[in-house]
Amino acid sequence: MARSLFEKIWDTHVVHEAEGEPTILYVDLHLTHEVTSPQAFDGLRLAGRKVRRPDLTVATMDHNVPTLPGPIEDPLARAQLDALRRNCEEFGIRLYETGSGREGIVHVIGPELGLTQPGMTIVCGDSHTSTHGAFGAYALGVGTSEVEHVLATQTLSLVKPKSALVWFEGSLPSGLTPKDVALGMIGQVGVAGGVGHVFEYAGETISGFTMEGRMTLCNMSIEAGARAGMVAPDDTTFAYLEGREFAPKGAAWEQALDRWRALPSDPGARHDREIVVDVAALEPQVTWGTNPGMVAPAGATVPDPDEYADPDERAAVARALQYMDLEPGTPIEEIRIDRVFIGSCTNARIEDLRAAAAVAAGRQVAPGVTALVVPGSAAVKRLAEEEGLDRIFLQAGFEWRNAGCSMCLGMNPDVLLPGERCASTSNRNFEGRQGRLGRTHLVSPAMAAAAAVAGRFVDVREFEVESVPA
Amino acid sequence: MKAFTRCTATAAVLDRADVDTDQIMPKQFLKRIERTGFGEFLFFDWAKDPDFELNRAECQGAQILVAGRNFGCGSSREHAPWGLQQAGYEVVIAPSFGDIFRQNCVKIGLVPIVLPAAQVKRLQQFNGRELTVDLEQQTIEDPSGELTPFPFDPFERRRLLNGLDDIALTLEHEDAIAAYEAAHTA
Repeated sequence: MARSLFEKIWDTHVVHEAEGEPTILYVDLHLTHEVTSPQAFDGLRLAGRKVRRPDLTVATMDHNVPTLPGPIEDPLARAQLDALRRNCEEFGIRLYETGSGREGIVHVIGPELGLTQPGMTIVCGDSHTSTHGAFGAYALGVGTSEVEHVLATQTLSLVKPKSALVWFEGSLPSGLTPKDVALGMIGQVGVAGGVGHVFEYAGETISGFTMEGRMTLCNMSIEAGARAGMVAPDDTTFAYLEGREFAPKGAAWEQALDRWRALPSDPGARHDREIVVDVAALEPQVTWGTNPGMVAPAGATVPDPDEYADPDERAAVARALQYMDLEPGTPIEEIRIDRVFIGSCTNARIEDLRAAAAVAAGRQVAPGVTALVVPGSAAVKRLAEEEGLDRIFLQAGFEWRNAGCSMCLGMNPDVLLPGERCASTSNRNFEGRQGRLGRTHLVSPAMAAAAAVAGRFVDVREFEVESVPA
Repeated sequence: MKAFTRCTATAAVLDRADVDTDQIMPKQFLKRIERTGFGEFLFFDWAKDPDFELNRAECQGAQILVAGRNFGCGSSREHAPWGLQQAGYEVVIAPSFGDIFRQNCVKIGLVPIVLPAAQVKRLQQFNGRELTVDLEQQTIEDPSGELTPFPFDPFERRRLLNGLDDIALTLEHEDAIAAYEAAHTA
């Protein structure tokens, strides 16, 4: 029978299944970080349990770490990082500590170290684990109880989700980025559109994306409510992985390629749903509200709550505009900003930084705007510096920081002040996400750099993009 | 995990769509390494507004939350359901939930009930009044005396009714896990 990519991965990971029970599914890779793990390790200790497969568990420090050099001043953040260090020592888990040179955002380092591979099941106590689906893996975010479950059993107890094929129709106009595709898709399906489903992204646009682009799209799957997102592995995937530290080598690489090439959905594979997203008419996207589905093209205006027929939606839009301090009918391009954040597990990989640098090169951050560039990992930072991107950003008046989650979620010193408005390449524009009473607009890295220069949102295609020295 | 059979308690209504877990438990409380003490931080920023729905006198002491669609979307933080549970809530009723949030609720014994939107709207008229949620019978009894049946996954229902430890249940299949590992380790 024809099977989908998701079904193939699911089937090969079943440890136990029985009628009327959830399936016990094996977990190939468990990524962990300081925020959602301490209570799970405590649970193990209380029950006298061990970590079943420390060799399949990898930890990093990302959410709490400051991006400026120097000691961690927040005692709570320090205590949480110390707890992770102790737990990793006690249970024999590999930890990429701050300062090790391999640290970074968990969803950036997994792929760049070659830990993330096609056909795997990958779990992390973080909703953006969906990122790893870009490699044709089934990767899902879980809560702390499930983190403990995976630590103790190396499995998850799961009811099989439904699957949806998300087909991107048409050719993506030039100047449009994977972030615009992701935001446009979420705008269409809504923030609950994917609940209960695993999304498989396909179409010419997706096969044309680099791995970085696929990661951006899969990362945002959770913002459409999907359990996971995935892209079939292909030569782009294999070329990215070959030679990476934990990728198979030699004969094992050849065997892995044979396995991986059999993963894409068979012709005629069935999905529970099919969603078609037309990208041919897509424009650069900017969110105006307090969830990622509240999004519009840069050339549009802020919507009027009265345009919404559904009373729940009308109330939500009115509340969002009040929080965002925006008037209906305001052109998006007239919205002025105070801060710019280029970073996060969505958009802090080398290509994202190159795209932002191409816009920033030879220009200046607008007076009154503070702009932050935060590489997703220590390795991304090193590579960007080799390419001279740091100098481009610094000369243009951006700040160049150390790797971490930074201003995506306000758990470290990088936060918005009340009332500040930010053009951000992160994934969530929820109320207070980047700092209490802060106002977040989600955009692509190129759009964020353009906003930094203009001091307001602009369609980046109006900028003449200069070439960046390689 | 705490067992749940039935609960007769005040219902509080939070009729907002897409309430994300960042609102339920803001980021600054995620730095705690304990599993307890989150109740007082529930809806921390919203609760500062005296007009916030759950600040109303009739909602005090509520143990049943009647919420809007896609409740608990966003971050995987289990700190959000911990906060609800530690603030006294035993049941959340909504037309739909964020997947991870719903899963987290079930894991800790906070009962997430999904009902069609029209039935949730109907229950919202009982803000501040008593509802009885019976997981054994799978019914909600409201002050009008009407019984609203609700669906619930049979396996999860058995786990909740008996307060079974998920990890212990899985470890009953330890032989199968070991066999899987033996077959798949290169």
